[in-house]
Amino acid sequence: MSNSSIASQSHGSTSNDIPSGVVGFFDDPESLIDATHRVRESEFGKHFDCFTPYPVHGLETAQGLTRSRVPYVTGVFAFTGTTLAFLWEYSASKTWWPHVIGGKPFNSLPAFVPIIFELSILLGGVSTFFAMLYFNKLPNFSKRAFDHSLTTNRFAIMLENPPEDPNDDEGANRFDFAQAEQLLKTLGAKDVRKVYEEGWF
Amino acid sequence: MATIANTHELMKPVDEALVTGGRTFQELTDDVARPLETFPTLRWWVCFIAAICAFFIGACCLLSTFQNGVGMWGLNQPVGWGNDVTTFVFWVGIGHAGTLISAILFLFRQKWRTGINRSAEAMTIFAVMTAGLMIMSHTGRVWLAAFWLFPYPNQRGLWPNFRSPLEWDVFAVSTYFTISVTFWYMGLIPDIATIRDRAKNKIRKIALTVASLGWRGSNKQWHHYEAAYLIFAGLSTPLVLSVHSVVSFDFAVSQLPGWHTTIFPPYFVAGAIFSGFAMVLTLLVIAREAFGLKHYITMDHLEKMNKIIMTTGLLVGYSYASEFFIAWYSGSVFERFCFINRAFGPYWWSYWTMVSCNVFIPQLFWFKRFRRSIPAMFIVSLFVNIGMYFERFVIIVTSLHRDFLPSSWAIYIPTWVEWGIFFGFIGFFFIFFLLFIRFLPAIAISEVRGVMDQPQKGASNV
Repeated sequence: MSNSSIASQSHGSTSNDIPSGVVGFFDDPESLIDATHRVRESEFGKHFDCFTPYPVHGLETAQGLTRSRVPYVTGVFAFTGTTLAFLWEYSASKTWWPHVIGGKPFNSLPAFVPIIFELSILLGGVSTFFAMLYFNKLPNFSKRAFDHSLTTNRFAIMLENPPEDPNDDEGANRFDFAQAEQLLKTLGAKDVRKVYEEGWF
Repeated sequence: MATIANTHELMKPVDEALVTGGRTFQELTDDVARPLETFPTLRWWVCFIAAICAFFIGACCLLSTFQNGVGMWGLNQPVGWGNDVTTFVFWVGIGHAGTLISAILFLFRQKWRTGINRSAEAMTIFAVMTAGLMIMSHTGRVWLAAFWLFPYPNQRGLWPNFRSPLEWDVFAVSTYFTISVTFWYMGLIPDIATIRDRAKNKIRKIALTVASLGWRGSNKQWHHYEAAYLIFAGLSTPLVLSVHSVVSFDFAVSQLPGWHTTIFPPYFVAGAIFSGFAMVLTLLVIAREAFGLKHYITMDHLEKMNKIIMTTGLLVGYSYASEFFIAWYSGSVFERFCFINRAFGPYWWSYWTMVSCNVFIPQLFWFKRFRRSIPAMFIVSLFVNIGMYFERFVIIVTSLHRDFLPSSWAIYIPTWVEWGIFFGFIGFFFIFFLLFIRFLPAIAISEVRGVMDQPQKGASNV
């Protein structure tokens, strides 16, 4: 797929032609984890990501990822669900239109529990999904996949070309493509190429 | 999910072969994607058309009900619930296996769940849809049901009674449906991306790109994805236990002998898992043959499911016995009468069908020979499906038909309209299930990859 997205070897002159990074492919998760450790220690260690067809355990430590913040979102929304459900049931049964049903008190807290529970789960669950999308920048229609094997059987490390630093006039810290390619090759990547950022459609 | 520092420990092949036949990642993807990328077989079309015909019959019977009212059914004064609520509870129960497999077995780190969780979750969703449609229909005037069931601000300031188990049920079932669909879709995202990257046809590719939300499988994405997956499993576990507990409250909170028992929530949950696993087994035995998935849904998977069926079958059997004991021990004449009437009254045949199908027949699974025999497990699973239908019939109808006042006793016989609706809903369920196995990956590819033999250093797998 997407031969067009495979970089040509020449450096472009306009900003659109500058590759968004260099990618190196690996055939097994073990080599990927070893290489990830080394990339993280290198000068490219700040801007890089790995691509895998399934979650490779141990890779998040190698890559130095901190704990996901998704659980905090879930917690906040689940608690919101708890509170809102109680206020809703309490208001409807006691304030808005009090009715005596089966001789029960207007505020029948034990009987309100099932709906409080369900709404906590509902808000917690739905917010978890949207938090996952938010943190993962999904839906993503601006960056297409650069190789079809990455959702089947191969693994990759991408050294990303970071956005230009306005204070760096002389380009001393500019992304060195040759060095990036060299690093990935030394780490045992099977196939090393430049990639350009391209949308899906 | 857990961060494990020692990567070499993780690279060890898993103890038991969850995927047989020495399949590689590429072969796995090919095998799962094949049914989605080829024109459906004749067998698929025959099943699909049969399901549509069944649904059509059901739709006609529903139309007749909606035009003429629930008088088209055999319900009468003491028996206000019959086949309608039986069908609802039957399908909601079936809808429990998927979440059990995807959430509870995930928390227990049961790796064998990966081969079957996707199709079981799909089955869950379609079963809950069927149940939802049935419970809406049983109100008779379905176009008004939404106003009765769902609380909404209105000019009269009316709210439903939040103390009612029937209202809890509305929240439980709709929450369960929403969370199951979200969990299922989240699991599908990486697999749709796999199918997308294989797609040749342009329109197909665009559709799959949109459905996969542009997933690229970067590790930063997997990181949040896995955190969310664990939370979903954690939320779904109490949810799945709550849903059938709440369904059981519909009965247990009433004052009726035969319903008013504290054993109902665990008894219903065990029955739900039992019937759900039986339905998953019925479907998987067929699907693995028809779609060549025997390497991923192996005999070991099926055997483990059979063990769960037997265990939950024993739990259900224990509940039947316990109900009888408590009816005697309570000293209440109404309770005692209700249970003696269940076993030896006019509906004795439904009670003994239930006990035979749910308690006696699954005992075959004590023997390894039967646990690992496809015909045996298929037949047992069908019996369990039938038995679990009768369980709900027994609970609902035999408790209602002879109430406190002998002068109002009556016999309930379902009419052909009710049976038409019952079969129509089976068709409804299968329409969705058949579309699912035709259009979406029936195996959680990305999860199975994690439990397969990992490609080793130095060996090329491309």
